[in-house]
Amino acid sequence: MTMLHLSQALAVLRLEWKKSFFSKRGLWIYLLAGMPIVLFAGHTIVQLETGRPCDIGLDTTIFATVFQVFYLRLLVFFGCVGIFMNLFRGEVLDKSLHYYFLAPVRREVILAGKFAAGLIAAVVIFTASTFIQFASLYAHFDAGTVRDYLVHGHGLMHLTAYLGVTALACLGYGSVFLTAGIRYRNPIIPAAVILVWEGINGFLPALLQKFSIIYYLKSLCPLEISPDVPKFFALLVVNAEPMSGVVAVPGLILVSTAILLAGAWQLRRTEINYATE
Amino acid sequence: MNGATSRRIVFEDVSKFYGDVLGVNRVNLAIPPGITSLVGPNGSGKTTLMNLLTGLIRPTRGSIRVFGMTASDPERFFREVGYCTQFDSFPRGITGYQFVYSFLRLYGSRHSEAEELTWRAIERVSLVEAAHRKIAGYSKGMRQRIKLAQSICHGPSVLVLDEPLNGLDPLVRAETIALFKALAQDGMHVIISSHILHEVDAISDQVILLSSGYVVAEGEIRGVRDEIQDHPMQIMVRCNKPAELAARLFERQDVVEARVHGDGRGILLKTRDPEKFYLMLNRIALNGIAIESVAPADDDVNSVYEYLIGSEEPTK
Repeated sequence: MTMLHLSQALAVLRLEWKKSFFSKRGLWIYLLAGMPIVLFAGHTIVQLETGRPCDIGLDTTIFATVFQVFYLRLLVFFGCVGIFMNLFRGEVLDKSLHYYFLAPVRREVILAGKFAAGLIAAVVIFTASTFIQFASLYAHFDAGTVRDYLVHGHGLMHLTAYLGVTALACLGYGSVFLTAGIRYRNPIIPAAVILVWEGINGFLPALLQKFSIIYYLKSLCPLEISPDVPKFFALLVVNAEPMSGVVAVPGLILVSTAILLAGAWQLRRTEINYATE
Repeated sequence: MNGATSRRIVFEDVSKFYGDVLGVNRVNLAIPPGITSLVGPNGSGKTTLMNLLTGLIRPTRGSIRVFGMTASDPERFFREVGYCTQFDSFPRGITGYQFVYSFLRLYGSRHSEAEELTWRAIERVSLVEAAHRKIAGYSKGMRQRIKLAQSICHGPSVLVLDEPLNGLDPLVRAETIALFKALAQDGMHVIISSHILHEVDAISDQVILLSSGYVVAEGEIRGVRDEIQDHPMQIMVRCNKPAELAARLFERQDVVEARVHGDGRGILLKTRDPEKFYLMLNRIALNGIAIESVAPADDDVNSVYEYLIGSEEPTK
């Protein structure tokens, strides 16, 4: 990438970032990100109100379960549908994509700029949510217990891992939905198909599992889910053959890059024909 | 390839189908500099041709080159080409200034250069006072002008304009036409599609007539008219004795019709052989009829359009 490409990608980013953060179409994404915060804040309030004794280990397991089963698989997933699918689909609906296509810019650069804008928005919104969830879950413990957990236990490492996994989830799902948004008119069908594909990941042969985002994310989560969870949930969240982080992070980046390259190829073939939309 | 040829826009056997529906078929063109108008009824393929030229759609067959370049090399191609489309839509929430400026930054211009080019383009379309207002609040004519500013801001050599005069009031329309003429005089290729034939006639150096996806005629309008053999040439002759002139002309075989004009100061005739007629007219002038003026009456876009395309007529 030359300096010109970089400055052009930044120009796309400047045009796009506000849309990714503040578009009216995307308000529901903030609601998605806020849902687990409400859940954990509610838990904390109930604990403080009732004054029942708390178990930090149990809360940590609850957090890990909610994070993997609910937050990653549904909320971040659909949040990325909302942010990334709109990057090109939104422009087609607004009939303004042709301005990009008529500029002396490679379409790969347009894709890179738009992806960066979407990624920044998704990472900021969802990692902020992860952090606030984490903070609100442990808010009802006394300061000493929390300090012990963070500094002497695994708390800080877990928090860092959750933030990293959230960011990587945005990267992975972002690449998938950006490409789907270029290829398909209706976002619901590809989103549903990918949701099912990610959902049945645990039942697939080992090789096929690697062609999903959740496989890498599960490998990177800091805590295994308690064996006490129902069998169905266990199948969803437990990796039969987990990867080490050293392999999973580049693996996810590689898969995302491959998907984005497919998106760039698709974008180069895209024609402007708003009449058929 | 010599310089003049290399500065042309060339369509080579271009066809475009939307599934089974024909967009344009077997188009071969070599468009020189100046103002070229695309004329044809709705659905004749004007916008398809413009979208093909600018790479917004790809041909099913054939190739399009602008100065030897294709749209698959956007970094070179779109420095030379600007396109003001028919789509009345803009990125959300931005002002006229931001619209032009942002895309100049996208072209790779630095801040100060982009700022200067933005103001220059906005001044050319007389929109300085409204530049910092949101486009959403603009009138149709203002939106049309800011689109025009955005398409010329980077100083392209080819300007493609799809119905650019739509929504403009008469004063701005005249200013805009003057701008197109000035751009063409600077050596730019200006390609305009329009339904308004008398405006096309007033500004075009050449026309391309389209019907049902086919190019039915192209070239300088008088040359196109000369090639239409089916319709005798209409000529208006102003003279002092129109009735006498009409009577003399009736005797000639090449004159198929001659009638005294409504104002009684001339005749309107139709001839199959204008050159012979002009020679004969010189002799008549020597025989006591004072000829004030002789001018072709149907070598305008309107007439040519009517002869070639007929009833599917756009607005006159």
